[in-house]
Amino acid sequence: MGRPVQYNTNVKLAPMPEGYSGEGFMATSFDKVVGLARKNSLWPLPFATSCCGIEFMATMGSNYDLARFGSERMGFTPRQCDMLLVAGTIAKKMAPVLRQVYLQMAEPRWVIAIGACASSGGIFDSYPVLQGIDQVIPVDVYVAGCPPRPEAILDGIVKLQDLVHNESLRRRNSPQYKALLDSYAIQ
Amino acid sequence: MTNEILKQKLSEKFGEQLTEWDEQYGLLTARVQTDTNLKVMQYLYDAEGFQFLTDLTAVHYPERVGEELCVVYHLHNLVANVRLRLKVYVPVEKPDVYTATKIFSGANWMERETYDNFGINFVGHPNLKRILNVDEMDYFPMRKEYQMEDPTRIDKDDEMFGRGGTI
Repeated sequence: MGRPVQYNTNVKLAPMPEGYSGEGFMATSFDKVVGLARKNSLWPLPFATSCCGIEFMATMGSNYDLARFGSERMGFTPRQCDMLLVAGTIAKKMAPVLRQVYLQMAEPRWVIAIGACASSGGIFDSYPVLQGIDQVIPVDVYVAGCPPRPEAILDGIVKLQDLVHNESLRRRNSPQYKALLDSYAIQ
Repeated sequence: MTNEILKQKLSEKFGEQLTEWDEQYGLLTARVQTDTNLKVMQYLYDAEGFQFLTDLTAVHYPERVGEELCVVYHLHNLVANVRLRLKVYVPVEKPDVYTATKIFSGANWMERETYDNFGINFVGHPNLKRILNVDEMDYFPMRKEYQMEDPTRIDKDDEMFGRGGTI
């Protein structure tokens, strides 16, 4: 007597991008395919300094499982990662280190500021604390909370995935993007 | 060893060099003259067994004209489990205090921290430079004339953040 075969029907597949398809072929725009690929394989680089980092550890642990969203493993090297997650208070003395990490990441790169401290300095309205990491590097998504729950961090990552998915391939060469980096004196 | 015996010994040894005796919450406290702080600590280290420097920091008293800055030493006799607090007062215009690093190696970073935050000039310190704040900082932030809040922030100015208040 054979074992009953069970199929896993809970597999989440990314929806097929719009395009023209026929017998054995499909034509779509390069933007959409690249966006789809990038979106579902974001390599996270955690930059965790305090309690938001603990929440992020819960996010990447088995209960909340960041891997479900295509971020399978943390890469603790900026050169291989494209999503910088800054979780926690950044002191002014830490700011050059954070900036160095950002500079070492290759384009395209995205940044999420997790929690009130990374976003705005939070409760630390004080002389040694950087009042938001957007004073030294550009930020794509801000996650509110002190600290935010793992659900909120996941929501931020899904928001970032939307940005990645819809980003034009030419964006990083645009004068607006260059002006943004120039405003941070990068390059 | 008790506080009374220690106070008696120190008074006999140093007399008028130690003043303003106090004993808050059971912690014996004395003020040392600025130029004899090392002699007192060396005696305490050698003869009385105070071989552990628990803490070294400073306090700013703007209202004490001529002796605005106070350097505080917490010493601990680990064998007898007796603690002692010594205070040295210096004027803010010339905050020179002899370094304790020759007696306690652990004073090195604590004196750097105290210099960083209060600007105490520890005479004879091997490496007196900032340790916690950014190197570019051009003031001593724990002195009372400087605000605690980040001076670059302009959006946290309502009463919810306590800015412009008295507390």
